[in-house]
Amino acid sequence: MVTGDVKLIGSWASVFVMRARIALNLKSISYEFLQETYGTKSELLLKSNPVHKKIPVLIHDDKPVCESNIIVQYIDEAWSSYGLSILPSQPYDRAIARFWAAYVDDKWFIALRSILTARGEEEKKAAIAEVEERTDHLEKAFIECSNGKPFFNGDHIGYLDIALGSFLGWWKVVELDANHILLDETKTPSLFQWAERFCNDPDVKPLMPETTKLAEFARKLFPKPQA
Amino acid sequence: MAKEVILLDFWPSMYGMRTRIALREKGVDFEYRDENLREKSPLLLQMNPVHKKIPVLIHNGKPVCESAIQVQYIDEVWPHKNPILPSDPYQRAQARFWVDFIDKKMYEAQRKVYATKGEEQETGKKEFIEILKTLESELGDKPYFGGDDFGYVDIGLIGFYTWFPGYEKFGNFSIEAECPKLIAWAKRCMQRESVAKSLPDPEKVVEFMAMLRKKFGVE
Repeated sequence: MVTGDVKLIGSWASVFVMRARIALNLKSISYEFLQETYGTKSELLLKSNPVHKKIPVLIHDDKPVCESNIIVQYIDEAWSSYGLSILPSQPYDRAIARFWAAYVDDKWFIALRSILTARGEEEKKAAIAEVEERTDHLEKAFIECSNGKPFFNGDHIGYLDIALGSFLGWWKVVELDANHILLDETKTPSLFQWAERFCNDPDVKPLMPETTKLAEFARKLFPKPQA
Repeated sequence: MAKEVILLDFWPSMYGMRTRIALREKGVDFEYRDENLREKSPLLLQMNPVHKKIPVLIHNGKPVCESAIQVQYIDEVWPHKNPILPSDPYQRAQARFWVDFIDKKMYEAQRKVYATKGEEQETGKKEFIEILKTLESELGDKPYFGGDDFGYVDIGLIGFYTWFPGYEKFGNFSIEAECPKLIAWAKRCMQRESVAKSLPDPEKVVEFMAMLRKKFGVE
């Protein structure tokens, strides 16, 4: 089976890049990882993603694919005979998975990030409350999608597991920053247990950034205002 | 016999238009229900508890939310007639990219064009024209975004065309002067029955936008 020439432009710290890497691992696709230097954008990145100029960019036989969730779907479709399916097989289940993946990006992630950018205690408290409310939605989504199985996608990790699970490194970092538990074993027990299973998955484990290293990087990305 | 497919929608919604067009492309019989957004129906709140927004597609009692997701669902459930997404994975990724681009960029920019004034409106107009020019450049000399056949990106964008006269009136500029190829593309799409049947009268949309402007205190 010929996979073609595969490159991925990205960064070790990026949630969105991790999604693409997990998907490539799931399909056992070898690829060249082109690590971007923080603070600059390579010529290849600017040429491959002129519209958004963002990572990740998957380059398959010199053809670029952009946007992490679109890349994951592409990987599933281009290498459909490799490994297991990433998207569910039924159209309705696919629509549900896509709905929640969009929710993760449009609503949940925005709330999580606003904890890091909050100015003052009031703003931080409000941001935390929002994350907790939205995480609660995701707990319900997990119960609905998993149908008693270990992952959103069922027996094996899939599209929605990848979409949300890739945030687990940053989830821990934001917890530390906020000094507040954001993935609570008692409030969202299904998600809590799912998170441990996801992080231990062999296609995920080598990619999850180490918390201390990520926290250090977060301090660079989200500097605290000087007192 | 109760309809197998119900669409909860709001007539001027460019997002609802996507789903209407997709259903008509496939020849799917559906019941259209116009929502009063100031008094949302219990069915809407029950079927989209997370966002409480239209459009909501209800198929055999099960809801699908988010217009781009609905269009993909429709294409997958009724695959045989008028395919909407291309069959090649790379082309599919490109189509998804451009609908995602429209979803990320269009709403805020077009809102500034008609629902703000002064400097904010001028900034909005610049952004909006830039977005349209990017799309026009992607279209190039092709009849449709996907090439020879009407498809996903065309469906993703065409609904905004009914709002163009309103943008031009309230923004005081000509979209055709800036993006002639895009206007030619839109007129081509309007020739399709599924599109003509799914889009409202632009004059009514202008009236609706005028009402919104009053509501936002811009008029």
